[in-house]
Amino acid sequence: MQLALFIIFGALALGGALNLLFQRHPINSALSLVVVMMSLAVLYWSLGAEFLAAAQVIVYSGAIMVLFIFVIMLLNAGKEERTKGSRAAYTVGFPGAAAIFCLLSFVFLSERGALKSSNIGGDLSNGLDNIAEVSAMLFTRQLLPFEVTSILILVAILGAVVLARKEQ
Amino acid sequence: MVPTAYYLILAAMLFSIGIAAFLIKRNVITIFISIELMLNAVNLTFVAFAHMWHQVSGQIFVFFVMVVAAAEAAVGLAIIISIFRTRQTLNVDEIDLMRS
Repeated sequence: MQLALFIIFGALALGGALNLLFQRHPINSALSLVVVMMSLAVLYWSLGAEFLAAAQVIVYSGAIMVLFIFVIMLLNAGKEERTKGSRAAYTVGFPGAAAIFCLLSFVFLSERGALKSSNIGGDLSNGLDNIAEVSAMLFTRQLLPFEVTSILILVAILGAVVLARKEQ
Repeated sequence: MVPTAYYLILAAMLFSIGIAAFLIKRNVITIFISIELMLNAVNLTFVAFAHMWHQVSGQIFVFFVMVVAAAEAAVGLAIIISIFRTRQTLNVDEIDLMRS
């Protein structure tokens, strides 16, 4: 069952990512990214990270992508046109990305013996459920980073308001 | 049973597609979208390793990456709006104020 889930949603994520790459209009790219994020949420769930699957749907495909689509519509972004810079980027970009992919998959496949297989569902350290485990870690040992992120979010909100404000 | 290496290779594929999109796209919003794709690919790697080692720390990392990505998206899109307001374009070839 996990293999079927992996194949279906992995192919969906890959198709969404390729569609993001080949579409010319930003709104199509943004909507294909939503497809990628939703299929990644299913893969997180099958890896036993239920909390992250929910957070992926709510934070990424809910909040962040709505923000992106708002800005695309607000700025009325049209199709991008081919320029001289884009032709140079084509000759460098595809071979470079392919080289990085080949290097990474070579490392992963040659170390395949050390990497185990994964069963469906959560079986982390103490047999608690996933949310209990994440929250126990987050509110005890990682409490300071967790509180610092709230300050980070506050600064980001202030920065966004200041940057996007109309200048007098 | 799925080998962890398959998840890692899927993440590598998504990451390389993100790199390619980052390099060939000329629209600043699409470039930003491909950065989000790369962040997602790295998150998948973290979750796969967390599952492999039976440790929850990798999932905590993904949580913090999500928080930082949300903050980054808010600030970045505000910067894009203010660039568009001053220069009336989203094409990165025409936003070359820092090139002397």
